[in-house]
Amino acid sequence: MKEALGTTGLLLNEPLLWEKGKKGRCGFSLPRRDVEPAFLDQELIGEGPDFPDLSEVDVVRHYTRLAQWNFGVDTGMYPLGSCTMKYSPKTNEKQASLPGFTGAHPLLPSGLSQGSLKMMFEFEQYLNEITGMHATTLQPAAGAHGELTGMLIINAFHKKQGYQRSKIIIPDTAHGTNPASVSLCGFRPVSVTSNEQGILSVESIAEIMDPDTAGIMVTNPNTLGLFEENIQKIAEIVHGKGGLVYCDGANMNAVMGMVKMGDIGIDVMQLNLHKTFSTPHGGGGPGSGPVSVAKHLEPFLPVPRVIEENGAYILAEDYPDSIGKISAFHGALGVVIKAYSYIRRMGPENLKKASQLAVLNANYIKEMLKGTLHLPYDRPCMHECVFSDKHQAAQKIATLDMAKRLMDYGFHPPTVYFPLVVPGAIMVEPTETESKEDIDQFVETFKAIANEACE
Amino acid sequence: MIYLPHTDEDISSMLQVLGIDNLDDLFSTLPEDCRFNGDLNLPEALSEWELNDHMSTLSRNMAVSPEYKVFLGAGSYDHFIPASVSYLLSRSEFVTSYTPYQPEMSQGTLQAIYEYQTLAARLLGMEVATASHYDGATALAEALLMAVRITKRNKVVVSSLIHPLYRRVVQTYFEPTGYEVEELPYLNTGVTDATGLDEMNDLAAVAIQSPNFFGCIENLRVLGQKTHNKEALFVTSFTEALAYGLLKNPGSQGADIVGGEGQSLGIPRSFGGPALGILASGKKHMRSLPGRLVGKTKDLDGKTGFVLTLATREQHIRREKATSNICTNNSLCALAAAMYLASVGGTGIRKLARLNYDKAEYLKKKLKKAGVTITFDTPTFNEFVVEFPSGFETTYKHLLEKKIIAGLCLAPYYPELANHYLLCVTETKSKNDMDALVREVKS
Ligand SMILES: Cc1ncc(COP(=O)(O)O)c(C=O)c1O
Repeated sequence: MKEALGTTGLLLNEPLLWEKGKKGRCGFSLPRRDVEPAFLDQELIGEGPDFPDLSEVDVVRHYTRLAQWNFGVDTGMYPLGSCTMKYSPKTNEKQASLPGFTGAHPLLPSGLSQGSLKMMFEFEQYLNEITGMHATTLQPAAGAHGELTGMLIINAFHKKQGYQRSKIIIPDTAHGTNPASVSLCGFRPVSVTSNEQGILSVESIAEIMDPDTAGIMVTNPNTLGLFEENIQKIAEIVHGKGGLVYCDGANMNAVMGMVKMGDIGIDVMQLNLHKTFSTPHGGGGPGSGPVSVAKHLEPFLPVPRVIEENGAYILAEDYPDSIGKISAFHGALGVVIKAYSYIRRMGPENLKKASQLAVLNANYIKEMLKGTLHLPYDRPCMHECVFSDKHQAAQKIATLDMAKRLMDYGFHPPTVYFPLVVPGAIMVEPTETESKEDIDQFVETFKAIANEACE
Repeated sequence: MIYLPHTDEDISSMLQVLGIDNLDDLFSTLPEDCRFNGDLNLPEALSEWELNDHMSTLSRNMAVSPEYKVFLGAGSYDHFIPASVSYLLSRSEFVTSYTPYQPEMSQGTLQAIYEYQTLAARLLGMEVATASHYDGATALAEALLMAVRITKRNKVVVSSLIHPLYRRVVQTYFEPTGYEVEELPYLNTGVTDATGLDEMNDLAAVAIQSPNFFGCIENLRVLGQKTHNKEALFVTSFTEALAYGLLKNPGSQGADIVGGEGQSLGIPRSFGGPALGILASGKKHMRSLPGRLVGKTKDLDGKTGFVLTLATREQHIRREKATSNICTNNSLCALAAAMYLASVGGTGIRKLARLNYDKAEYLKKKLKKAGVTITFDTPTFNEFVVEFPSGFETTYKHLLEKKIIAGLCLAPYYPELANHYLLCVTETKSKNDMDALVREVKS
């Protein structure tokens, strides 16, 4: 085995901000004062926040040291399942920091914001094409925010039909945001178990779908990394009883250019730009969760919408059935620019190739590790594979122990203990941007760890 | 494609391990009728060079300072961002990491967010702040939903001087819940008219923004007392966080929950996002807070460390019973705010906020002198409402050609305020810029 990349971590002893500095220092250059102090009623003045006073050097060292204490995709392989920790191209960052974009005020007259509007408009078209849907909004700020937007749209649709429904079907493999978004929207989530193959069966949906059910929320590919093969039949059943089909598209990285959700019965879905479209996760955000809908749901999209009129782009508000606004302004444009740059750099062939390679990497890991780790669903996977710690149970070694040990070898651990349907789950999503050498080293490391467990 | 590391040789040796011949066979579990067999109709791939050209053309098609003098605030503010902040924020260890679920690999993010939470809480005079929300509007909506959960009452009251777009987001969040949202009108002094509260009962919360949408500083103490007399929670909001460098903070005036926008603190406007939703409360309500929290702890050797805490409120544990659905938040924006506040410092924020105040007062005085009506005489911070002579739309357009954006026309938001504009001045506007605006308006 090659020498491990890892260390047991760079431990710095960096004090908290307010344990540093000295009164009177400042790390901020104030502009020249060119106006006189004006009258200000003393009654209004507060004590001023209790902040430390630091020099620029203090601040720079503090955060540089904290940064060194952090592990990112740029540090090494980050196979966190369900999170699509792919490489974030640096040119994306450069484009998003162009002064014309960063300095743009969201309420500029549209004649003065054609650059951003054109980019939004085109980007919506790209997402329509990739998803096979009819229209897209960029307003939701993250995946869960997109889910909420989707649920609000479903709610508005039924209301418009004059019949309020109360339940949404959710598989037991779903991400926690799914049931939470559903209940935030006033629906009651009804859990349905996946079958022994790890996917939804047509029968299980037929059994519970009723006229009080507003729809179903399926993650496809699902969180076991499996494609929901029965999706079309399930959609037929749900539609047959007047419901709608929501797709949590957080796992779209598996099927770009391979599956168009609009063609297989999906009515509304969100994409996570911070997963599939390479925008970085920023230690927890910001993300962006555009929502795409089929034609019959377009009237319900949030406003304003970007439309083209006589060769110019404008923001249109006049959609009486719209759910309203879900963000104060137009969504996370700074993130959208990065995803837009990614799609433009990749082009149609490479997007498809990215999905193919993501699936190749995941299946390769599955094949290479399946003797070492227990594989609860032994079938071809999509972009991620889920193992468990069952084989190690005899040695009393659990998923968490193995995850922690991986860090000593310089890898970020996979997602653990999710999805909930697999006890001791180890969910590995390598993404397409990991090379064969890095994946081989990950595999060898995992084998070595499992061996240690036996010792 | 430079982002994809696989050589043809890699691909074929990996396929061999899987016992298949080509990449397409990987998708054997896709039912044939689910497959898309065409080619995506997207523009051809651009080289990095071509992308640079394309994006620079797009970005030049935007009206931004310094070329344009933008006197437009209304929830998105032009403040100076030190090079050190942008530079530190681009450290890829921060940028390319995920949510810090593995504390051993992410002490950097965790300590930085812990510090952010403390800075945000101190700025607002509150005890706890969360790790961030999407924007000011969603932070406010979540604050109000939180009040409903705590009080188990179904009605909230919001001031009509809360940012109109925030109120629309609140409406959207509340629409399917069956909870009621009622609005308080405003007085001709430009502050909230709370007299209607006397008639209202069974309220979960009263929400007030200060400085309000007109820039006017509300009397939070009195409004808070009125709210508490009704046994409702006092929720306050803000769009210009810098104001609390100078003004009394909401915590000291009796706020129970605060939800607002932190974009002013080192985050570029970026056409409105990503932004920074700041949500804070007292310790008493900590367990009802939506969103992530970082806490300080000690490891087995007694060394200080940081971890995500109180996760039992969150969706990945509590699922449909969680305090919110939020997962990905706006962490990097929170980090920007922390770096910014650390750079400005306690002494600096005071000076900076005061300078903002003085500049806005300068423009106010000059406009008044030029015969423009300053609509409300309540003290303001950074923003204020003016009434221009009727027919000003033409002047406004004329000014656009001269690269001056003379504020926000208020009529679409407050139809009764025809010819009224909301003007904004920050430290980025010089005396010359303001004099030029006054000159143009006069002529
Ligand atoms: C399957 C799935 N759905 C939804 C989400 C929620 O997305 P976000 O974190 O952007 O809100 C995630 C991400 O964590 C996910 O993995």
